[in-house]
Amino acid sequence: MISALSLILAFQLVGEILSRALDLPLPGPVVGLCLLVAACILRPALAARLRPTAQGLLSHLSLFFVPAGVGVVAHWPVLRDHGIGLALAIMGSTVLAIAAGALAFQAVARWTGTVDPSALKGGGDD
Amino acid sequence: MTDPALIWSYLAQGPLLWLTATLVAYVVGDALFRAARRQSWANPVLIAVVLLAALLGATGTDYATYFEGAQFVHFMLGPATVCLALPLYDNLPRVRRAAWPMLAGLFVGSGVAIVSALLIARAFGIGEPVLASLAPKSTTAPVAIGIAERIGGQPTLTAALVLLTGIFGAIIVTPLLNALRVRDWRARGFAVGVAAHGIGTARAFQVNETAGAFSGIGMGLNAVLTAVIAPMVVGWLG
Repeated sequence: MISALSLILAFQLVGEILSRALDLPLPGPVVGLCLLVAACILRPALAARLRPTAQGLLSHLSLFFVPAGVGVVAHWPVLRDHGIGLALAIMGSTVLAIAAGALAFQAVARWTGTVDPSALKGGGDD
Repeated sequence: MTDPALIWSYLAQGPLLWLTATLVAYVVGDALFRAARRQSWANPVLIAVVLLAALLGATGTDYATYFEGAQFVHFMLGPATVCLALPLYDNLPRVRRAAWPMLAGLFVGSGVAIVSALLIARAFGIGEPVLASLAPKSTTAPVAIGIAERIGGQPTLTAALVLLTGIFGAIIVTPLLNALRVRDWRARGFAVGVAAHGIGTARAFQVNETAGAFSGIGMGLNAVLTAVIAPMVVGWLG
């Protein structure tokens, strides 16, 4: 687990260096993500080695947003000042963007014949 | 026995107290989420944030002190983002086949997120610096802050708007897409990744592995696209 974590941190580190050195619009961890995908394609054994640790971290992805989330409370006065306009802008635009994005994806998948039957949701209320 | 006030002042200085509190709040949030049969309104991030905010208020602790302890948890966002490479790699054949649908979902989702947010805010008389802070709110926090700085927004306000967008998106995505009868996990995940970045992606992983993988891709692609189009839209609508 420590060796897997070291590798993951090393990819983040290289991503961080590249992001700054090349002045990329992407943050270091996202560059690290791209590099790791490339590395897994070149060496599939790497994916097998990192998978347990990666799945462990990703299953608690929500946890890592909690400290930043508490920061919303620190900015409460600013948010309150702009109150209802900001709340409606966030809620309205998020609903519209999710709906429009998903419908566009689905429409083009049908149109280009790239619907994937194995990726369709069955019954249930998830 | 030592005076409890002394123990408190000792604990309040170190990171242990707030690190523990953050983990416990999340464990409680996660337990309630499971007890609510993983319904999206019982979002574990939201529950943990509300609990911790109440605790900070009750003990008169400021955010900087809290973050001394919580930074260790916050730090893990970076490695966890790198780990999104694995579900992406595992789903590569699916991803290759979905290039056109992803491109459509990306441009439509990203464009609608920025334009509609700015139009609604402007209708409420919200001015330029706040509009610039609002424009990149669908992207992952470090990217959003960088974009906001470049177009004259306030980075701290942007961070708060990003978080609120993520939590709201994670709560609304399941009922919204059920109502629209979108059954494709790829479309569901991708759309929430584009509109509600990492918190949306965390929600997608709670529901379906394929949705999670596509959500991570949507988040990454939208970080790039928003960096390009947000300055243009703000210049046009601001």
